[in-house]
Amino acid sequence: MTVSRILIRGGRILDPQSGRDERADLLIEDGRVAALGQGLPVEGAQLLDAAGRWVVPGFVDMHSHLREPGQEYKEDIGSGGRAAVAGGFTAVACMANTHPVNDDPAMTDYILDRARHDSPARVYPVAAATKGLKGEVMTEMAALVQAGAVAFSDDGKTIMDSGVMRRVLEYSTLVGVPVITHAEDRTLVGDGVLNEGPVATRLGLPGNPAIAEVVHVARDLALAEFTSAHLHVAHVSTAQAVELIRRARERGVNATAEVAPHHLVLTDEAAQGYDTNAKVAPPLRSVADRDACRAGLADGTLDAIATDHAPHAQHEKELDFTEAPPGMIGFETAAAVTLELVRAGLLSPLEWVRRLSTNPARILARPGGSLAQGALADVTLVDPERVWRYDPAKGFSKSRNSPWAGAELTGRVVATLVGGRLVFDVERGVLV
Amino acid sequence: MKPEGAPSDARGASQPGPPNARDVRRATQEGVVAGATRTLLDDSGIRRSLMRIAHEIVERVEDPARLYLVAIPNGGIPLARQLALNLRQIADLVVPVGVLDTTLYRDDLMTTSARPALRRTEMPSAVDDHVVILVDDVVKTGRTIRAAMDALMDFGRPKAVQVVGLVDRGHRELPIKIDYVGKNVPTHSDDEVRLQPPLHGQPEELEVVVVARARGEAGAAGEGSA
Amino acid sequence: MIGRDLLGIEDLERDDIVRILDTAEHMVEIGERAVKKVPTLRGRTIVNLFFESSTRTRASFEIAGKRLSADVVNFSPSSSSLKKAESILDTARTLDAMDPDAVVVRHAVAGVPKRIADVLAAPVINAGDGAHEHPTQALLDCFTVRREKGRLDGLTVAIVGDILHSRVARSDIYAFSKLGAEVRVAAPPTMIPHGIETLGVKAYTSLREALDGADVVMALRIQTERLTGAYFPSVREYSATFGIDRAKLRFAKDDAIVMHPGPVNRGVELSHDLADHRPSVILDQVRNGVALRMAVLYLFAGRPGAVRRVRTLPDAPLGM
Repeated sequence: MTVSRILIRGGRILDPQSGRDERADLLIEDGRVAALGQGLPVEGAQLLDAAGRWVVPGFVDMHSHLREPGQEYKEDIGSGGRAAVAGGFTAVACMANTHPVNDDPAMTDYILDRARHDSPARVYPVAAATKGLKGEVMTEMAALVQAGAVAFSDDGKTIMDSGVMRRVLEYSTLVGVPVITHAEDRTLVGDGVLNEGPVATRLGLPGNPAIAEVVHVARDLALAEFTSAHLHVAHVSTAQAVELIRRARERGVNATAEVAPHHLVLTDEAAQGYDTNAKVAPPLRSVADRDACRAGLADGTLDAIATDHAPHAQHEKELDFTEAPPGMIGFETAAAVTLELVRAGLLSPLEWVRRLSTNPARILARPGGSLAQGALADVTLVDPERVWRYDPAKGFSKSRNSPWAGAELTGRVVATLVGGRLVFDVERGVLV
Repeated sequence: MKPEGAPSDARGASQPGPPNARDVRRATQEGVVAGATRTLLDDSGIRRSLMRIAHEIVERVEDPARLYLVAIPNGGIPLARQLALNLRQIADLVVPVGVLDTTLYRDDLMTTSARPALRRTEMPSAVDDHVVILVDDVVKTGRTIRAAMDALMDFGRPKAVQVVGLVDRGHRELPIKIDYVGKNVPTHSDDEVRLQPPLHGQPEELEVVVVARARGEAGAAGEGSA
Repeated sequence: MIGRDLLGIEDLERDDIVRILDTAEHMVEIGERAVKKVPTLRGRTIVNLFFESSTRTRASFEIAGKRLSADVVNFSPSSSSLKKAESILDTARTLDAMDPDAVVVRHAVAGVPKRIADVLAAPVINAGDGAHEHPTQALLDCFTVRREKGRLDGLTVAIVGDILHSRVARSDIYAFSKLGAEVRVAAPPTMIPHGIETLGVKAYTSLREALDGADVVMALRIQTERLTGAYFPSVREYSATFGIDRAKLRFAKDDAIVMHPGPVNRGVELSHDLADHRPSVILDQVRNGVALRMAVLYLFAGRPGAVRRVRTLPDAPLGM
């Protein structure tokens, strides 16, 4: 049963598109924002009390792994979608490194079809940039965009051949969607599993040096400038990469970038005790790198926060540190973890919302990130003060690999609406 | 006699100190009633005993040329050395003196989580065909002597094994007999009996003291095993 | 008071190390008897869980355990079965159900002994994990130096070789430093790990400077198969610049000793002559290794007490 009118009353509206930051009511009608103002009438509408809450455009996650098709034991589009809305994400972009790879319009179709049936969140497929993610032959970009792909990426792998990367970027200008680069020179990474530095030395683990990322970010920015393509740098983790992006943008290069919550908050020290939940690609870095990412997010060099939600089964994470697959789940902790930057004074609440919602929507050229009249009613309610203990077993993802398992967090998404429909409520859980 | 390291009883007791002051301190720390520290055997008493024992050994051992003294650390060491000197003096015997640590042969090692410190073992020559005399300062349950015999068997096949105990305080738990006793002293099982340098004395002197523990608090009051 | 497990020297206090060395001192004498056995660990089970093969270390632990009268069981799970079917923790949990008194673990990846210790009730002794630590090797190295020189305080120790990949280097650095020695490391720049100075050592790329005035020269094994061409151009160049021979030894003190954890690549890390003769004390290291491992087993095996951490798996229902 769909409710056609919903009044969200008394919340603090944070709408980066219009710059509004004020206490007001929001009226939703037939899946769209109908009105925003003081003392709106409640007759005929379902009431959602938002006193003490922030009312923001639904978060959009530019980078996630939903594991379907092929690895449904870790996650599928249904469970991923549920975890997403539980974290306030009304839309997620999913990467192509599934089994089989999403390098074909039929596969993109399949994903969208599954999403329609199973996922309460909108799902935007990112298609592979090269066939089979082999880094050799580019995919049929026009056909894939027509099937619904929003961007291209070999994320999970890297395009090592610079000649191939050049042609991928050049060709992408035909369809005008971003090429998302997982920038890591594999020959510099070697067998590294943790940031190369004093922590890896003490733990006796092979190191993955910061320059592995820097070298490819430099290469890809130069290629983007050369080809005038839209390059989007995924999960930036190093200070030098932030600086390279900043200077490229100053020169007018069409480059955007994202950063993950874990790179904003954790460092390689999190791997003490060999906790494989702290194993991620790119790895958690030094304090200086973390601080540079925070500064980059604050000054706009890094446009978006993207979770890189990467579910893995418990038996996989129980392998030793070199064997365990890298990655952590992130939908349900992103808000709380990144609110720390607001609390630290690095971002205003409005700017925080812009990086979680407006900017990602803009980069992917999807609707969202706005509470303007007529906009899609994808709305998230946040209680920034709420203290809660995160138990991944009680979450909606099939997997539990999070370094915040058992941690006390401050700030929580308390309700999520997609297209005007309440799909998540913190008391009752996911409602679809 | 030179005192060697910490004095010992069957379990390895603590360092010596002014008896009365320490009893008071212990009483406050451990709630033990300040029991008197009684001297069982003073330095001259020890010397007399060891001389008498030396005579007894010479009397009873058929072939004194095969004698081999083995001291059980730490208390047995000064006693064995003195015995060797005595045997030299009264019968012109040159008796080898070995030191045999029994810690690794104890039957109670795995029952506690603290591992006791090991002590020196030095056996200057083979024990085969010798009459080995184990020398210990205080014998109580007999377990240390049993452990010493096990250890000794790993070194070879003595012709015979005998035991010198300076003080026999009773409470045997194994059928171990002492061949040569300095002094028989009935004690309460909870008492502590040890060989130590005296509070006021020459640096090379030793005495045997007994420190009484609290009685009648928990469990059997006033009844030790005989 | 020493903790439950021996996972690394990094967690040990100086007093703990001294206690282990003092205990080892007494164990040496047992190896000199005709009957090299004491009943101390009779009836106890020690499991050697070696995921990475090793003849020397395993044999040393086996002899040590047997001299203490323990029953020693060798488990060498094939690494392939581990990656696919059973995780390491499954193997550990299976072992735990057999109630061993100590588990000695060696693995090619750092951190595995710690993760096993987290699920096992029995004490875990690290016999080498990846490039992380090899505590019993470092302890026997210190023991050997102490026996040779009488002390470690104030000595200068130079560790030469592939520091980057070496767990022996890291453990040696911790152990020698905690006992008061000054530790230096020397290697080609490609084999000096980032941040090694934070461990309290000075890093040198000049062998001569590193050896200047050294009392102890520790040469580490180079994995020629893996590294030639990638980390250094050739064995010939390595041995010319960093191999230890009598000529280069002259930069060290006159009474300097030479050590090596073994096995030695003759002509690479050490000249043929030094591999077999004084001042190298390599065979003493091996001999001391058994006594040292006896001391470790004596101090760590079979210590009773509560399970160290609540298991995360649900308990089986009673009556099963």
